[in-house]
Amino acid sequence: MLILTRKKDESIILDGKIEIKVIEIEDGKVKIGIEAPRDIDIVRKELYKKIEEENITAVEYKYKPEDIKKLFKQNNN
Amino acid sequence: MKVKTRDFGEIEVSEENIIFFKEGIPGFDEEKEFIIILNEDEDNPFHHLQSVKNPNLSFIIINPFEVFKDYDIIIPQTAIDKLKIEKPEDVLIYSIVVVPEDIRKMTANLLGPIVINHKKRLGKQVILEDSRYSTKHFIFAQDFQEEVK
Repeated sequence: MLILTRKKDESIILDGKIEIKVIEIEDGKVKIGIEAPRDIDIVRKELYKKIEEENITAVEYKYKPEDIKKLFKQNNN
Repeated sequence: MKVKTRDFGEIEVSEENIIFFKEGIPGFDEEKEFIIILNEDEDNPFHHLQSVKNPNLSFIIINPFEVFKDYDIIIPQTAIDKLKIEKPEDVLIYSIVVVPEDIRKMTANLLGPIVINHKKRLGKQVILEDSRYSTKHFIFAQDFQEEVK
């Protein structure tokens, strides 16, 4: 991993088109501003990880269509 | 063409039904082609999102608007651009379902909807920044009475 030191209001530029700027530093928190083209998805990593884990769990399903049917019928009546 | 599926054996699929997930799906980055296997039984709202290349890989999906009546989301501009969405009617939205051992505790992921442009056959799992939704919403109210047999 490349590690750089930046102060408040300083930026880094990725690939000439993405700017990441330190907006504020306070109490162990950093506020970051990102300017990027519209085709770049920006997601907090923990959120991405959560979705990933959920997907990995989702493919492990074991179910019988009959059971599901019964359950939906019960709940709709 | 023939597609081997996890739950329905080998099925015949027209190539026009293949949906391209250019970025894969988080956790399955290499899976770029899927088909939707619709379930026509009205008592069972589950459909399947089946990988074309990997027979063992299939997600159970639902139409979230059928189950969560007040679900409303804004599709981020990034996704609209990437999926080349021009009109609202181009869009299909599904939620991935997790079915645990106790199936009454099944949940839908409302934070990461599968957004599909069926005209262009492009799909993507969109990660919303919306604090009203999480990856686990119970599909059934969790106030079960003990069943009297």
